[in-house]
Amino acid sequence: MQTWSLVSICVLLGVVVRWGVSLNSYSGAGKPPMFGDYEAQRHWQEVTYNLPVQEWYFNTTENDLNYWGLDYPPLTAYHSLICAYVAKMINPEWVELHRSRGYESPAHKLFMRATVLVADLLIYIPAVVLYCLYLTDGSSKKKVSTLFCFLLYPGLILIDYGHFQYNGVSLGFALWGVLALGLGWDALGSMAFCLALNYKQMELYHALPFFCYLLGKCIKLGPMGRGFFLLVRIASTVLVTFALCWLPFLSDPSEALQVVRRIFPVARGLFEDKVANTWCSLNILIKIRSILSSDSQIYLSTACTLLAVLPSSVKLLTKPTFWQFKLALANSALAFFLFSYQVHEKSILLAALPVCLLLNDLPLVAIWFLLTSTFSMLPLLLKDGLLVPYVVTSLAFLFFSLYLLSALEHCSEEELRLGAYHKMLFFLPKLDLACITRWKFYIGVAAMAGLSAVSVALVPPPHLPDLFPVLVSTTAFLQFLGTFLYFNIVQFSGPPSRKTQKKNN
Amino acid sequence: TVMAAPGLDGCSWFAALSLGVSLLKCLFMDAYHSTDFEVHRNWLAVTHSLPVSRWYHENTSEWTLDYPPLFAWFEFGLSHVAQHFDRNMLVVENLNYASPATVLFQRLSVVFTDLVFIFAVRECCRCVQEQKGPRDVLSRPSFVLAVLLLWNFGLLIVDHGFPVCVEQSRHLQGALLFAILLNLKHIYLYVAPAYGIYLLRSYCFTQDHKDGSVNWRSFSPLRLLALGAIVVSVCALSFGPFIAMGQLPQVLSRLFPFKRGLCHAYWAPNIWALYNMLDKVLAVLGVRLKLLEEAELPRASMTGGLVQEFQHSVLPSVSPSVTLVCTLLSILPAVASIWRRPRGARGFLRCLLLCALASFMFGWHVHEKAVLIAILPLSILAVESREDAGIFLVLTTTGHYSLFPLIFTPAELPIKVVLMLLFVIFSGQGSLLRPLESVYLAGLVAVAIACEIVFPLSPWQQRLPFLPLLATSVYCSVGVSYSFLRLYASLLRQDEKPKQL
Repeated sequence: MQTWSLVSICVLLGVVVRWGVSLNSYSGAGKPPMFGDYEAQRHWQEVTYNLPVQEWYFNTTENDLNYWGLDYPPLTAYHSLICAYVAKMINPEWVELHRSRGYESPAHKLFMRATVLVADLLIYIPAVVLYCLYLTDGSSKKKVSTLFCFLLYPGLILIDYGHFQYNGVSLGFALWGVLALGLGWDALGSMAFCLALNYKQMELYHALPFFCYLLGKCIKLGPMGRGFFLLVRIASTVLVTFALCWLPFLSDPSEALQVVRRIFPVARGLFEDKVANTWCSLNILIKIRSILSSDSQIYLSTACTLLAVLPSSVKLLTKPTFWQFKLALANSALAFFLFSYQVHEKSILLAALPVCLLLNDLPLVAIWFLLTSTFSMLPLLLKDGLLVPYVVTSLAFLFFSLYLLSALEHCSEEELRLGAYHKMLFFLPKLDLACITRWKFYIGVAAMAGLSAVSVALVPPPHLPDLFPVLVSTTAFLQFLGTFLYFNIVQFSGPPSRKTQKKNN
Repeated sequence: TVMAAPGLDGCSWFAALSLGVSLLKCLFMDAYHSTDFEVHRNWLAVTHSLPVSRWYHENTSEWTLDYPPLFAWFEFGLSHVAQHFDRNMLVVENLNYASPATVLFQRLSVVFTDLVFIFAVRECCRCVQEQKGPRDVLSRPSFVLAVLLLWNFGLLIVDHGFPVCVEQSRHLQGALLFAILLNLKHIYLYVAPAYGIYLLRSYCFTQDHKDGSVNWRSFSPLRLLALGAIVVSVCALSFGPFIAMGQLPQVLSRLFPFKRGLCHAYWAPNIWALYNMLDKVLAVLGVRLKLLEEAELPRASMTGGLVQEFQHSVLPSVSPSVTLVCTLLSILPAVASIWRRPRGARGFLRCLLLCALASFMFGWHVHEKAVLIAILPLSILAVESREDAGIFLVLTTTGHYSLFPLIFTPAELPIKVVLMLLFVIFSGQGSLLRPLESVYLAGLVAVAIACEIVFPLSPWQQRLPFLPLLATSVYCSVGVSYSFLRLYASLLRQDEKPKQL
């Protein structure tokens, strides 16, 4: 069968799964007075359509910032504006100022879901297709398998089409950036990444690798000469893109400052809710939040994050290859997720995207991580009533990725790049690390399945009401930490040898 | 490169495919209409709570028991399992009862019956001949067949080992299975003549002449007796209690509701849809040309969306007996050809397919879903012959599209569209369609756009609200009639050139 038919079938199947998930409930469905993220997006359409640009981020009589005030950069606002225009054409009641608060109807749900699908089809899915076809190695069948598994990643589908968000847009732009950089178009890549950054500020998790890669490349080309020109080109692209995105707010500096204040709220604590990062897990043993003052909390988390992300970034700076870039993206996102300030569980998607890029090269670990990332969001998904889609998509992803990518067959020590572990653990007798890895995978999956079942079926004891979310986040945290260490070691182990690449084809 | 990707050889692809389909169905189970669930809940309740004598008289719910008794016994058995999930679903008055336990039970039973279907498909795939040659797995006939069958919306969940028995020439088991099938869903009466003649011919006449024609002397009364015994005993088991209670007329009136009109509320795309259309057009023309008085015409209720008897205005009205005669006449050539020269399983399937399609084309009060009974055997034939594959593509696209208006919620429409696109891409490998057929299928897209997007925004929406349904069914009936004629032509052409078995 021709490649393009296979690609279309994969894309269509991806769309079917997405639409199937979108038929389910969304965040905050039927829960006044605040509802959830779905209502937030609808409210932003209302605000951006009815109010002038200057008032979008300000607390006015017309715009109450306490009720889902805008807290994403301007590109989100523009996107909401476009959606609002379409909504107005179909049914003006959906975006009527003040009166449309808490508006819920089947037709409106269909419209909102459709906007997510359209955004995905325009931005995220083409990027995925092009990446899998042009920047991965292997036969065309292997590329299509990678494409299918990439599109089937449950976490993004459940959050975007279930909980309701537009992560596909920001992740899609970031992916276009990666794609452009991989093909050698640095200026375009930086522009795409700036668009991603201006859509959701959390893309800063990816900013360091982009910066180090481009800087390293410039230095390699010669600090005087071609490298310098490249640097200038990139810098000007970035500045122009930012200027264009922030144009309406540049006339008055206080406006720009207010926007910044909205998108970086520093008044909150070290973490909120149960999230699978270090601080929340540490909090079980030592109550950090009560011991340290809020200022020292900020300093501690910043210090730890920088420390965690430093090795990977420096390595990338010295050796700016595409392989190093992918690994650095994963490492940076994970470092920020694990140690940063005010992390939400949905931020794991920022780490999941780079790992999806590694599906082709390190299938077993990538699949494991992607499953864990979906699992870590279980409490959120249960709250939204998305149990059935969670189970179905996770099972589908697990079986299809293991089957199509032959992950369990391709796990010799060489392919898993466990050579460095041997050097580190020289004091232990000759272990079969590949076998250990496989067993860790089985146990991990079993633990996740077990915990999922238990969270749903059993009621927690009354003196420990948060038992299951805590167990879920701790298990996920341990697996994330292990993956973080692994990717760092792999990044320092040297590039994949030509011999192993030929064998994989 | 011709090499298949690692891991795609062997039987594992079948497991992967079935898993994928099952998971997809799980995802959409919430979205499936609750009317199907309500129908089954009602039947579970009726068979469980009421004595047998009341089963076919009960009409508290609008979904009365209108399947043969064996199905009622099946529901009765299932209700004993259901009572452990939630007793309240078995109370007849609890219309539209849907507790979580009830829904769980319904889902599990669907999954279970699907597993049975998957098993049957697997058996069927084993029988399909595989051509020699280093073709990769995705073009292997059995893979294609599995995809086509598994993706056929699973409405024919009971149609399992039937193709298997035919393929393997296990006539007695096949007869038994068919008798059971017939007593579970009497819609298979459509294909009973084909199967009956085939069995008579292949089984009761033990030997043929050298050129394949009938050898009257090889008739075996013993075998005929065996077949008869099987069929009669199954029917006795199923209908027995009702005949004993003298309720046979009531049961039959529930199974074959002739009081309903020629066409369903929404016209199935058969010949009568075209007939009705012609009648309407002539009526309008007659009024315009002042040949008819408008007052003389009966009120236009055919498109009113109700199920009642009505009269045609210009053309002669059609009664149930007329449709029966038409159907019998149309299946005669197919049955005759299989009598004269049975060509094993392939020939039988073709005859079966034609009988099903003919009954669909000319039957009384046909439901659109009945077209799927014809599509299933055609999908088996389609993997082996290019010509059949082309006809299959037209028929399946038209048949499935005609089901779209049954889906009421706009939310489910994108899924159906995408699934159909998937289906078409997958089966449309290589150009199988003639130019005219491609134009027709493209026109289908235009009709879809017109009905879904253009019409609701146009001024006629108020006056003629059923115009999209009418347009869809008339357009599809053209496609279905065309496939019917082509299939008949291919059968008769094969008749003229006797082939080796």
